Amino acid sequence: MYAFREQYAKEWDLDLKVDYCPPIEEIDPTLPPAARSAARKTEGLKLALAKYGFDGLIAGIRRDEEATRAKERVFSPRGLEGGWDVRDQPPEFWDHFNASVPQGAHLRVHPILHWTEEDIWAYTARENIPIIPLYLSNNGKRYRSLGDQDITNPVVSDASNIAEILAELKATKIPERAGRALDHETEDAFERLRVAGYL
Amino acid sequence: MNVAVAKASFPVQNVTPRPQVRIVIVGHVDHGKSTLVGRLLHETGSLPDGKLEMLQAVSARRGMPFEWSFLLDALQTERDQGITIDTTQIRFRTPSRDVILIDAPGHAEFLRNMITGAAQADGAVLIIDALEGVRDQTRRHGYLLHLLGVKQVAVVVNKMDRVDYSAARFNAISDEISAHLTGLGVTPTAIIPISARDGDGVAALTANIRWYSGPTVVEAIDQLTPARALDELALRFPVQLITKFDDRRIVAGRVESGHIGTGDEIVIMPAGKVAKVKSVESWPVTPVFGRHGAGRSIGITLDRELFLERGDIIGHINAAPRDTRRLRARIFWLHDTPLTAGASILVRLGTMETRANVVAIDKAVDPGELESVATASIGRNHVGEIDISLAKPVAADAYTDNPRTGRLVIEVNGRIAGGGLVLSVDAGQRAVPVDIVPVDSALRPDERSARYGHGGAVVWFTGLPGSGKSTLARALERKLFTRGGSPILLDGDTLRAGLNGDLGFSPEARAENIRRLAEIATHLARNGHIAIVAAVSPSRDDRANARRIAEDLFREIYVSTPAEICESRDPKGHYAKARAGNLPSFTGIANDYQPPNDAELVIDTSTRSVTEAADDIERLLASSGLLFNEPGDLAANI
Repeated sequence: MYAFREQYAKEWDLDLKVDYCPPIEEIDPTLPPAARSAARKTEGLKLALAKYGFDGLIAGIRRDEEATRAKERVFSPRGLEGGWDVRDQPPEFWDHFNASVPQGAHLRVHPILHWTEEDIWAYTARENIPIIPLYLSNNGKRYRSLGDQDITNPVVSDASNIAEILAELKATKIPERAGRALDHETEDAFERLRVAGYL
Repeated sequence: MNVAVAKASFPVQNVTPRPQVRIVIVGHVDHGKSTLVGRLLHETGSLPDGKLEMLQAVSARRGMPFEWSFLLDALQTERDQGITIDTTQIRFRTPSRDVILIDAPGHAEFLRNMITGAAQADGAVLIIDALEGVRDQTRRHGYLLHLLGVKQVAVVVNKMDRVDYSAARFNAISDEISAHLTGLGVTPTAIIPISARDGDGVAALTANIRWYSGPTVVEAIDQLTPARALDELALRFPVQLITKFDDRRIVAGRVESGHIGTGDEIVIMPAGKVAKVKSVESWPVTPVFGRHGAGRSIGITLDRELFLERGDIIGHINAAPRDTRRLRARIFWLHDTPLTAGASILVRLGTMETRANVVAIDKAVDPGELESVATASIGRNHVGEIDISLAKPVAADAYTDNPRTGRLVIEVNGRIAGGGLVLSVDAGQRAVPVDIVPVDSALRPDERSARYGHGGAVVWFTGLPGSGKSTLARALERKLFTRGGSPILLDGDTLRAGLNGDLGFSPEARAENIRRLAEIATHLARNGHIAIVAAVSPSRDDRANARRIAEDLFREIYVSTPAEICESRDPKGHYAKARAGNLPSFTGIANDYQPPNDAELVIDTSTRSVTEAADDIERLLASSGLLFNEPGDLAANI
């Protein structure tokens, strides 16, 4: 993943900002292990937000990935601590969004919230978007979803190109994030992460 | 489920997609929506692997009998309290449809979330508890479905097990809800008796309901049509953005209905200007050909230079939207503060946004009640009909003519407060498209700049009264004149005595005042002069509009002198009058000045002398390529 990032940051001349996540000892110990590991990313994000003073973040999460992500808005205001208040989300309909940045906080923007896993792959194929080879089959396995290396597992698959991935997705009943350990720890772990500011 | 796995060489792009329908499930709280959804997924084999076990585990952990509702009610508070707070979506397949099922909260408290979900739907399933019957949220949701333009509604009478599967009870409820929905102009596609918990009627008709012979829920969903015949309606292409790409001026947006292609003769509303589509642009391959229909996002170029902006709508001549400043709408209201006559609101119609005034409230009802008791204001979660006057002309359609351009959203204080359907657009005359062909000046820009030593520009001074705008403007005027240039001063107050004498100080009048100043200044600038505008211009939106009009000729100078100093100077005596309460619309006392965030130059006249400031401005103009020759070097041009 790092190699992919470095290659395209250079090739596309991106202003890549790299900051580091705090160590696991600084993260809430009451979280189950995989969630705790993932929560380092939330803390890293918060530090970066404060450092660069961003008003908004564009993220690629989708409704069909996970049940609490399904409850999101396309333009979603965050709180002063970067938190997500699920009980007070603004109404959003007819392509009209609440685009004002909340005072002292930031706005999350999720432009592909309504896309499905199949949409992503069909679009990638149509537009010739470069992909990380981990998504393709290697020794009978491939990754459907990419997260931290120590908490992400591959699925059994022979799909070696996007057409095969699409065919596989049409037939499967295995959810996209089946290989992500943090989704399966406790009932409320993922929600706790997201309320605290996880993507 | 047996699904043939496609071969590796299957050309994905040629697959005929199954029709996709979006269906929202609505109804009173606790009538069983979430259970029905769970049951539907299970019956159609659409549950992802592991979900059933997860639900069993979660239910067991909470010491409850198996709860389908945990499938969509994923938030901890939703599960703890057993209610749906926010809308969510899940997909499944019926024999011939790909269905996106949108679950919506039934509780009155979360109506805004129900609307967020239901607004995306092609059809709806309205669920009613057989024991409780039609309740207020049932009626309210029925009403809202109508307001959201959802026409296909299948009614499901749930928990039939609790009324012993009584046909009489079912018929009573069926009659009541039919009457309510038909009164709203909605004919239910089916009314189905079910028990979501036990499965009767969901995917199969069981012995318990043998007296019923209509479709099951799965069959009813399978019969719903995706409600998009948008390609067959008149062209509506709302402008989102105008950008310059090398030497092409590209008008970008998404086609909402109809279709457009190269060579089409179009009209740009509300102004009524006529043009032809020169090309349809795309990336990386451009230009593109053929027709581009509803849902496509494209950029076009026109065969002539015209001013158009975000908010305009492009249509074909003879089938264009109307231009109007007055319309009537049927709306739902979500804000805590009720909407009253006289209220000032922000109205969004597609990409157009404008301030507006609620002239009158023709009707206001609580749709949950059986009897509609009219009130003078529209309260939260209520609906009504309003008459609005818009600050500027917009292009709009009645909802019955076009469902995309015939709906509006209302904002109050930066947050979406309501929305609804346009019932009628004012009876003013339909705009006759005016074929405007701008006449170019006989003089070339380089001829003028050679004489004046500068290119045209709009130098816009903004700031509090007494900040020093006029002083700086006049100093700049003298400086430019001395070097042989052609400065023209446009002072806001001076113009209010003449051209803008018909305008007051309401937000709409101020916007118009700034627009006129900007148009005159831009015209002068395009003809080689430096138009110097000195106007308080407190509204960021109004100044942004001025910048849009003048495009790359615009230079904003924020005269940022602190308010106390402005007041102590009080050159025209206005602060004193305002403090005494005699000048109600005066900017400066009430903190209603919105400072610019991206002015080209900021000058505080309490710390910079007029001479120094004038030099700063000259440097700004020089560095942005507007000043050409050395001052006084007129001989070089002879």
